[in-house]
Amino acid sequence: MAVKTRTREFKWERKHLLGLRELGADEITYILDTAAGFEQISRRAVKKAPPLRGKLVVNLFFEESTRTRNSFALAASRLSADVIEFTKKDSSVSKGETLLDTARNLEAMGIDIVVIRHGAGGAPTLLSKYINACVVNAGDGYCEHPTQGLLDAYTIRKLKGSLEGLKIAIVGDISHSRVARSDMWAMTKLGAEVTFVGPPTLIPPKVDQLPVKVSYSLDEVIEKVDVINMLRIQFERLGGNPFPSVREYSHYFGLTVDRMKRAKSDILVMHPGPINRGLEMESEVADGRNSVILQQVTNGVAVRMAVLFLVNQAAAEAAGQV
Amino acid sequence: MGNELLIKNGHVIDPANRINKKCDVLIVDEKFAEVGRISSLVARRSSLERGTSHPSSLKLRGAGGSRVTVIDATGKLVVPGLIDIHVHFREPGDEEEETIASGSAAAVAAGFTSVVCMPNTTPPIEDETDVEYVHRKARKARKTHVYTMGAITKGREGVELAEMGFMTEAGAVGFTDDGSGVGDPAVMLRALKYAQMFNVVIAQHCQDDRIAGPGVMNSGYYSTILGLPGLDPLAEEAMLWRDIQLVKKIKPGTVRYHAQHISTAGSVELIRAAKKQGLPVTCEVTPHHLLLTEKCCAEYDTNYKVNPPLRTERDIEALKEAIAEGLIDALVTDHAPHLASEKELEFLAAPFGIAGLECALGLYVKALIEPGILDWPGLIRLMTEKPAKIIGVDKGTMSRGKQADVTIIDPDTEYKIDVNKFRSKSRNCPYHGWKVKGKVEKTIVDGEIRFSAEACPP
Amino acid sequence: MKILLNAKQIDGILDKLAGRIVADRPDNIKIAVIGIRSRGEILAQRLAGRLSKKIKGGVPCGTLDITLYRDDLNSPKGNTQPKVRTTEIGFDIDDKIIILVDDVLHTGRSARAAMDALIDLGRPKAIRLAVLVDRAGREFPIQADYAGYRANAKPGKLVQVLLKESDGKEQVVVE
Repeated sequence: MAVKTRTREFKWERKHLLGLRELGADEITYILDTAAGFEQISRRAVKKAPPLRGKLVVNLFFEESTRTRNSFALAASRLSADVIEFTKKDSSVSKGETLLDTARNLEAMGIDIVVIRHGAGGAPTLLSKYINACVVNAGDGYCEHPTQGLLDAYTIRKLKGSLEGLKIAIVGDISHSRVARSDMWAMTKLGAEVTFVGPPTLIPPKVDQLPVKVSYSLDEVIEKVDVINMLRIQFERLGGNPFPSVREYSHYFGLTVDRMKRAKSDILVMHPGPINRGLEMESEVADGRNSVILQQVTNGVAVRMAVLFLVNQAAAEAAGQV
Repeated sequence: MGNELLIKNGHVIDPANRINKKCDVLIVDEKFAEVGRISSLVARRSSLERGTSHPSSLKLRGAGGSRVTVIDATGKLVVPGLIDIHVHFREPGDEEEETIASGSAAAVAAGFTSVVCMPNTTPPIEDETDVEYVHRKARKARKTHVYTMGAITKGREGVELAEMGFMTEAGAVGFTDDGSGVGDPAVMLRALKYAQMFNVVIAQHCQDDRIAGPGVMNSGYYSTILGLPGLDPLAEEAMLWRDIQLVKKIKPGTVRYHAQHISTAGSVELIRAAKKQGLPVTCEVTPHHLLLTEKCCAEYDTNYKVNPPLRTERDIEALKEAIAEGLIDALVTDHAPHLASEKELEFLAAPFGIAGLECALGLYVKALIEPGILDWPGLIRLMTEKPAKIIGVDKGTMSRGKQADVTIIDPDTEYKIDVNKFRSKSRNCPYHGWKVKGKVEKTIVDGEIRFSAEACPP
Repeated sequence: MKILLNAKQIDGILDKLAGRIVADRPDNIKIAVIGIRSRGEILAQRLAGRLSKKIKGGVPCGTLDITLYRDDLNSPKGNTQPKVRTTEIGFDIDDKIIILVDDVLHTGRSARAAMDALIDLGRPKAIRLAVLVDRAGREFPIQADYAGYRANAKPGKLVQVLLKESDGKEQVVVE
């Protein structure tokens, strides 16, 4: 007979984490609750626990990233999994092996979880259809970056108690940002009001069909929000000159000390990193008392541990039922 | 305290305030104080208290320290200062052709109290320091108000956006790559989108270069027999059509689009349809596109070489109809000064342009008032209230409290256009010797008489 | 369903356990109580309360979540999914005698996982296992130092501890 616990009966059944768009609020909450349990491991003397002992996790990164890659590697090894790094700078399109072939080869060596970052939106979904291992999306094109969305939500929840009713601004190149999209899904599902802020040339089309507000003026928004997430201007991704100069962009959309003076005193300042100091925000703001950027990094490891744990759990259960 | 200027007995036309009658205009301390029968106010005044700032409390003459000037405008038209939103003062870069000083002197003599410079100088007006430069030179010249548009793209090359934000903050009244059109639709769309942040007008010299090719005059019978490459109307219409589609993609109420110097019947059609759909589209017309046709080029006289080129009778008719219909929003000169040495070249090689500032008014009278297409209020509206709205400046009216810019016009005396009397540095103008009516008597800027015809030798 | 213990009996057992723990305690060594989630946690708090009355300075109490140390994570059976929750031990476990508290000692696997978890947290002087109910069916060589009630349930039967705080009533049943 099932043991009654105080929490609601819930079962995590996804062996892949491809995005947050298809997740329910209850699933997102479950991940965050699970992450809370993992946070402690990183703070104690023995920073390891055994749930993924004997499991093999591969970081399959087709795009440059030390930050996310290290975070996943750390999360995996804290769960006692073995990690292999596979960075392939050239996408399979231009040279030799296709994405599926690469993944199948790895699977033949016995991997259990693939953490993939790829420049093409939908690449993780493709993988999940053809390989048996668990697939965790570490960023696909400008579609989603689910673990970033989760750790952002986790950070806010930890500091504010709940996202319900919070006003959150996401500022920057929304059109090319997977972080903006994942944040939007996570935060709106948990009850926050999200506003995208940026020049009109960096706001994607049909944004009025998304559950967000839009503003072209950071000055208009700064006084009203509880949380502000500054996105990195990714020059390598920009293409087509959406604003005349870095100078003009930061004049209108940079988080300066002056703008912070008009913000709520307990506003949370976030950034997925790495920061272009002086562009998205002034150094004093990045290092200031409202900045929770470093906490995001810490929370990122716990959230990724939770994700790896849960997808592995679901895979084990699915295998057990065969 | 108190400099007063009283313009008496003129026929005042202030379309914005629906004034079209004989009355007086009182200007106090650079601002419009009263428009009406001032003499009837004089009797009331002496019974009012002295010392308050309300103008009617000041005595008419010799009120403790005030200077009073009276202008008798009997038989003249008294209108808000004329505004030309399309001129080329060649500073910086080509100062021998024109400077901001000489250009604004020419403008003020022609009755214009405000002009808008185009940014195709060398280097182009493409950042805040360039905008401030123009303003500074204009202040120094102390003739007309000089505004400037900024370039839409860096270098006017049509690739990267120029710093619209900073330029707007510095006082730019709009953006254009005039001289060229923005050829890449993606760039133009991006410019319109970006401009949504600033509530400005984006103006276009509609010319698709790939269709235009090396054209130097209108593509038609004359270009064929004269053996010159033609500029097809399609080059203008294709870009205008394209821009209207782009404007449809922009959220309403955020950006205004202005088609510069339209010249064809086809363009009129496009504007008509766009306005019917309620799109934020305006347009302007020059005098030469209302008076001259491609036939004028028959002698290879480069004074008739302009861009857009002189078209056909049919195009002139369509433009005049459009004006009568209220489709055209502004009359402009596209004053384009060039040295004689530059224009004294073969037609193919000479630069485009007519230096038309100082004959503008007379030409408009000839083209529009004499054939009965517009009456004076209609004409004045297209040279004051409406152009001011296009660039978003608080001018073009005689509303109380506004800065007093006034032009006094003699509507009836005929005179001959004499290019040698031009204050502009350049003389490239085909209207020398033309008999026209509509002479500027006085031009008043910020309550100060900056031009007076009687002060000049006849 | 048969009731093995009622509320009064449960109370009595806890008193007895507390008494024996105090009696065994060496003078100069601190003890602490740590309960295994989730019912062990409740029992641990009750036990710590009794011990604090008898030992000067009180006896601290903590909660241990053993989900991550379970050996059946990768071959799950049954309908329920283990949920990772927090471990809350607000004191240093080094050099203390830790009384690990659970409701039922059956296969010994939970106790084994709890010991692994504790060792990753520090180095206790000793670990003593205290359980409310000890039933036969060991799969691991683990014994309780302090067993409250020895149940003779047949294999296949479930011995369940129901507590006021978690289940609304106080009894130990077998079904």
